[in-house]
Amino acid sequence: MKAFRTLWASAGLLWLPGPALSAWQLNLPVPRSEIARQIHDLHTLILWVCVGIFVVVFGVMFYALWRHRKAAGHAARHFHENTAVEVAWTAIPFLILVGMAWPATRTILAQKDTSDPDLTVKVTGYQWKWEYDYLQEGVKYLSVLATPREQIENRAAKGEHYLLEVDEPLVVPVGRKVRVLLTANDVIHAWWVPALGVKQDAIPGFIRDTWFRAAAVGTYRGQCAELCGRDHAFMPIVVEVKSEADYRAWLADRKAKLAAAAAEAGKAFGLDELKARGEKVYAANCAACHQPDGKGIPGVFPAVDGSKVALGPRQGHIEVVLHGRPGTAMAAFGPQLSDVDLAAVVTYQRNAWGNRTGEAVQPAEVRALRK
Amino acid sequence: MQATHAPEHGHGPPGGLMRWVTTTNHKDIGTLYLWFAGVMFFVAGSMAMLIRAELFQPGLQLVQPEVFNQLTTLHGLIMIFGVIMPAFTGFANWQVPLMIGAPDMAFPRMNNWSFWLLPVAAAFLVGSTLLPGGAVAGGWTMYPPLFIQGGISYDLTIFAVHIMGASSIMGAINIITTILNMRAPGMGMMKLPLFVWTWLITAFLLIAVMPVLAGAVTMLLTDRNFGTHFFDAAGGGDPVLFQHVFWFFGHPEVYILILPAFGIISTILPTFARKPLFGYASMVYATASIAILSFLVWAHHMFTVGLPAGAQLFFMYATMLIAVPTGVKVFNWVATLWRGSMTFETPMLFAVAFVCLFTIGGFSGLVLAMAPVDIQLHDTYYVVAHFHYVLVSGALFSIYAGVYYWLPKWTGHMYDERLGRWHFWLSAISFNVLFFPQHFLGLAGMPRRIPDYALQFADFNRISSIGGFVFGASQILLLIVIVKCIRGGARAEARAWEGAQGLEWTVPSPAPYHTFLEPDVAERHLSPPLPQAGGPPSGDEGRGEGYAPELR
Repeated sequence: MKAFRTLWASAGLLWLPGPALSAWQLNLPVPRSEIARQIHDLHTLILWVCVGIFVVVFGVMFYALWRHRKAAGHAARHFHENTAVEVAWTAIPFLILVGMAWPATRTILAQKDTSDPDLTVKVTGYQWKWEYDYLQEGVKYLSVLATPREQIENRAAKGEHYLLEVDEPLVVPVGRKVRVLLTANDVIHAWWVPALGVKQDAIPGFIRDTWFRAAAVGTYRGQCAELCGRDHAFMPIVVEVKSEADYRAWLADRKAKLAAAAAEAGKAFGLDELKARGEKVYAANCAACHQPDGKGIPGVFPAVDGSKVALGPRQGHIEVVLHGRPGTAMAAFGPQLSDVDLAAVVTYQRNAWGNRTGEAVQPAEVRALRK
Repeated sequence: MQATHAPEHGHGPPGGLMRWVTTTNHKDIGTLYLWFAGVMFFVAGSMAMLIRAELFQPGLQLVQPEVFNQLTTLHGLIMIFGVIMPAFTGFANWQVPLMIGAPDMAFPRMNNWSFWLLPVAAAFLVGSTLLPGGAVAGGWTMYPPLFIQGGISYDLTIFAVHIMGASSIMGAINIITTILNMRAPGMGMMKLPLFVWTWLITAFLLIAVMPVLAGAVTMLLTDRNFGTHFFDAAGGGDPVLFQHVFWFFGHPEVYILILPAFGIISTILPTFARKPLFGYASMVYATASIAILSFLVWAHHMFTVGLPAGAQLFFMYATMLIAVPTGVKVFNWVATLWRGSMTFETPMLFAVAFVCLFTIGGFSGLVLAMAPVDIQLHDTYYVVAHFHYVLVSGALFSIYAGVYYWLPKWTGHMYDERLGRWHFWLSAISFNVLFFPQHFLGLAGMPRRIPDYALQFADFNRISSIGGFVFGASQILLLIVIVKCIRGGARAEARAWEGAQGLEWTVPSPAPYHTFLEPDVAERHLSPPLPQAGGPPSGDEGRGEGYAPELR
């Protein structure tokens, strides 16, 4: 019902002038990998074959529609069935199809060849973010939509990369074969970067793989391509392709940050410090369902504000966040977030809005409850 | 059947509401199916209007994402199960007995039951919007695990799908039995009107795949409520299993939605070209080939799930093969028009638009059949454009063509030709404004099923929405034409169209409540079965010259 109220309240907004940025793009994006180029060429080939057939067949039809009208005095000729013609229009399309299948077969076999990668990244889909895990490097992080809510709700002007920007992109070196291992934590997602010609479903409980080799340095953007619930439209993919040296530098910086984070996990934090950090973690991980005001969406996502869990014993609260609620949309955040972030977000939830427990949850408590 | 009653003096219908609740008359039930489809069309169409309004510009304006997902899911489910399928079943009820000279359907009571199940299922689907958590929002394809997460309305949707499936299976059994057992004496299988042939094949498809859908949704039901793990990897299941089972139903379903359309178009083009269908036998064989191939191509909906290369190749080749019999159909239609004597009344306009626009949908289908290209375009607006070209300018336009074509037979009045043409031109133009730009959106990389999008997609979305609003508004014209036609208008002849062939045109307009009570009534019209080859069709009433337009 709330949704329908919003509907009427915002109906007037429909007529506000929209943003001027646009592209009128008519074709596939400019290919930036060998596979994407083959797909592009294959599409161009089929398109022109289809246009050719269309012009010939419907040229004949429109000629007949014009010349063979009753109004033009044309009398019907009662011919029907002609074996030669019928064999021709069965055989010729068949031969055209064989001509199209040949290049397609080559591309399929190339797409499926994930052997001998230079780099392997495990990508995990969550509702509604991506996790990138550099298996050989021990580097792992989440990638979340960076577009502010104000832009989505039309309270601020939309930026150039509206809905196609993330806080932490996937970073890969140029010219290297990157093997992507895909899985998902909750529902099926699909990892798609059009310019690199790669799209693969991420299926919970199974590992699928695909690969790409970016031909040029640059930033390539894509989106989740499998309906995955409420915020399906809001989990973009950004791949930053860097030179080998820049990639190495990025990797070193990443590792240094990880070491610093590990060091702070043993430390005790003050309440305000935890709340401030927890607010950010909440916005990135919880607000999509439980809403920024903690009220949830009645009947779909429960409220945190005033909830029994957030006001009850700390252990129960931490466990729900750590392990999720199986069979519901509530995910297990234990594998996704650090002890510090988990402690911070639990602290925030227990001290935000109308919740005033005054309790600070420390990272050590979270670590003790991890199984 | 009472031999003493002439058709014109048969039992009339009882009056009032109970006539419609208790009716076992094929014409009444056909009317019920068609009105049901019409009502549901406006329900699901309003949802489409909301979808297009939300997509008019970037940002969230009208609905929240979870409501948007409910709208797309219900729009799909209702349009498929509540509009296109019941409309075709309505045509089958009205026309199959009339076209084969049967007094009614084989199982009149089951016929009543299979109709009256539908409003119940529709009430579940539409009513679930009022439940806590709102209606089903996991997409009409119902993929787990997302579908497992939903609330009570998801269980209600499963129940609704079961009911609609039962209704379809009973309808299909009825149609098959009627066609195989109740043809007028002398009407062999290869003399059946093509509409009857296409429905016979469609009915076999329905019986083959509706139980598969029932199995798939039952597994969802037990996964949701009774602790099974068919689709849950944690319990040894596989989410992709659902997709295999669903699309084993889903691809033949696509042909269930289009084969009767082929039949209607193959009836209308010869009428207004005033010459027989070019290749009757090859049309029958092409229809059967498409039906058989439809069981071998299901995984082309799943090219991105990570099938092995061998499976991708097999399903790509098999899918491309379907282009051959489909091409045969299109070439046949064009050859039927060639050197005809054409007039362009509204049914003909819709039929010609069907041939042209359905073929565009066929071409985009060919593009999507190429597995590598499909990997780029899967789950984008290109796919949305493709299936609306085959289902709106395909299935729906054929339904419009059929409604205009047979309205005189059903009501006894000619419809308003001027309004009909307005309806056609507005629909055909706005349809293309609505869906053609969506090809570009998909190619440029816009995923489907999203309530908000990046700025580069803004212009084509705005154009598409404007086309959508015009298309939606134009459909009100159809309602006006139908109501006007029921209430009055020029009297329709028994043979309402100069070039119309077939037994249904030998009975008066409107068709009496009971027709063909005596088998020899049909037989009388069947002789002489074949008019002179090369001669112009006679407009003479009462002297039928062969019931199948396909027979020279």
